[in-house]
Amino acid sequence: MLHKIRERVTPTDLIMWLIGTCLLFLMIWGSIATIKGGTYSIHHWFDFVIFGLAQGSIYALIAMGYTMVYGVLRMINFAHSEVFMSGPYTAYYFAAAFYSSGLLDRQPILCLMIIFLVAMSTSSGIAFLLERVAYRPLRTAPRLIPLITAIGASFFLQYVFRGLFGSGFQAYPVVKILEGEWRFGEFRLLKFQVIVILAAALLLAALYSFIQRTKVGKAIRAVSEDKETAYLMGIDVDRMISTTFVIGGLAAGAAGVLYALMFKQVHFFMGFIPGIKAFTAAVLGGIGNIPGAMLGGIFLGLIESIGPSLFLDGLGIIAPYQLKDAIAFTMLVLVLIFRPTGILGERLAVKKA
Amino acid sequence: MAFLEIEEIHAYYGHIHALKGVSLYVEKGEIVTLIGANGAGKSTMLKTTSGLLSPRHGSIRFEGEELTRYRPHEIVAKGVVQVPEGRRVFGRLTVRENLEMGAFALSDPKLIEANLERVFNLFPRLKERQKQVAGTLSGGEQQMLATGRALMANPRVLLMDEPSMGLAPVLVDNIFNTIRQLHAQGTTILLVEQNARKALEVASRGYVLQSGVMVLTDTAQNLQRNEMVRKAYLGET
Repeated sequence: MLHKIRERVTPTDLIMWLIGTCLLFLMIWGSIATIKGGTYSIHHWFDFVIFGLAQGSIYALIAMGYTMVYGVLRMINFAHSEVFMSGPYTAYYFAAAFYSSGLLDRQPILCLMIIFLVAMSTSSGIAFLLERVAYRPLRTAPRLIPLITAIGASFFLQYVFRGLFGSGFQAYPVVKILEGEWRFGEFRLLKFQVIVILAAALLLAALYSFIQRTKVGKAIRAVSEDKETAYLMGIDVDRMISTTFVIGGLAAGAAGVLYALMFKQVHFFMGFIPGIKAFTAAVLGGIGNIPGAMLGGIFLGLIESIGPSLFLDGLGIIAPYQLKDAIAFTMLVLVLIFRPTGILGERLAVKKA
Repeated sequence: MAFLEIEEIHAYYGHIHALKGVSLYVEKGEIVTLIGANGAGKSTMLKTTSGLLSPRHGSIRFEGEELTRYRPHEIVAKGVVQVPEGRRVFGRLTVRENLEMGAFALSDPKLIEANLERVFNLFPRLKERQKQVAGTLSGGEQQMLATGRALMANPRVLLMDEPSMGLAPVLVDNIFNTIRQLHAQGTTILLVEQNARKALEVASRGYVLQSGVMVLTDTAQNLQRNEMVRKAYLGET
């Protein structure tokens, strides 16, 4: 009996569990201290939750691209953060033109639609080309090679945008109808955050039902499970892989505009942090799993927004919000220690008969 | 000119010369079996026919049309459909979705509906389980699903790779009954089997493959009587 346990549990596992338990203990202790301290009242927490949901739904949209591409190619598309950046960056020039011509104030809905359209088509176009030019020729190469290519493609795209549009921050124009807030007693809702959450929820629902219900969606799932058999069913696997990239690009482009409107700026390096976060979200949810990526994104957004105040304030750390990234990645470490497959991760053992 | 005609195929896995000039033909409405030991190249033969593997030399013609220049999904659209070895159902898709994937190359919803009806008639069990995730089916049910899924594509030639592999004897009988039924409905079948005894019972002709070389071909009856076949593949002394 003891022998069996010793075989299964290595010293590394024990150390990891120890670290994990310590972190968990710190989090719980900090939370209790914060709540007892009473620095934040209920409407503060409400603010955190709404901001977290807004941020999280953007992560969820980006994470779709990572997880779907991983599904069909078993590869992390590290250039996805640039697919995300390219959309809003290109659309910025439209937004700026609309703003200076005054059209943005007169026809805000129309302008926003065009901005989204431009961003989504740019991002999906770049994702499509990326697969075609950089990844398809390497389909049969060892797995490390496409990974390195992805990192190279990521740099390439960053510096193409830097070269074309400069290395400065470009300020995204303010859309007046998205500003302002609704107040309910002590609680307030920023209009913008509500719209981000609704738009992202709509897109995620559309994406999910596309994957679940349409013929192409089902074929993409079939390709993720078994490419060779998918071929034998008459499925054009290459086309399905292209489609996957295009869909991931569409989601990333939309997420990019939401992100740019939220933080009011674009920059050639803007994709890096949200990209890494969304990748984290995809891993948190269980990479390859679509509902998992959505859940992981929202979970990460919430933790990032609530976590610093909840866990760290009570521990007496000053300016805890500076540590939100640390909290996000600590979450990743914790999930990977206690549940290596992610929240909704698949059990890999049952995969192939 | 035969319905499906494979001529002098040479195929390689990396440096391994897996098929060394193999030829066979299948006439319309016939069941032809390809028997041989593990690693003789039987599955390679089917993979090459389906276009998953490109032969280095040789030709594969279906109704006179060269198949080797098409990609796998195009070959399926022409009516050459494979039931892969080990069933390979899409475990996370439902039974119904698996069947829909089988009909991927078809676009007429009426035809798909009719095919679905036909498959459900052949395998009522699949109809009961259509909403179930395929990974939770038993081995026998998965074989039904794999066969049904291939039938969804309206196959004109059905390539079956070891359909009886890993199944209990009762289920093996079921599979061979299904094959007989399909034959009676006019389906042309190229059957690859390790269970040579059963395969020769349903087939009209057979081929024996050994280390990538076709060593023998005859009618199924003659093969059943052949000394070498009896010793090597029917387990008789």
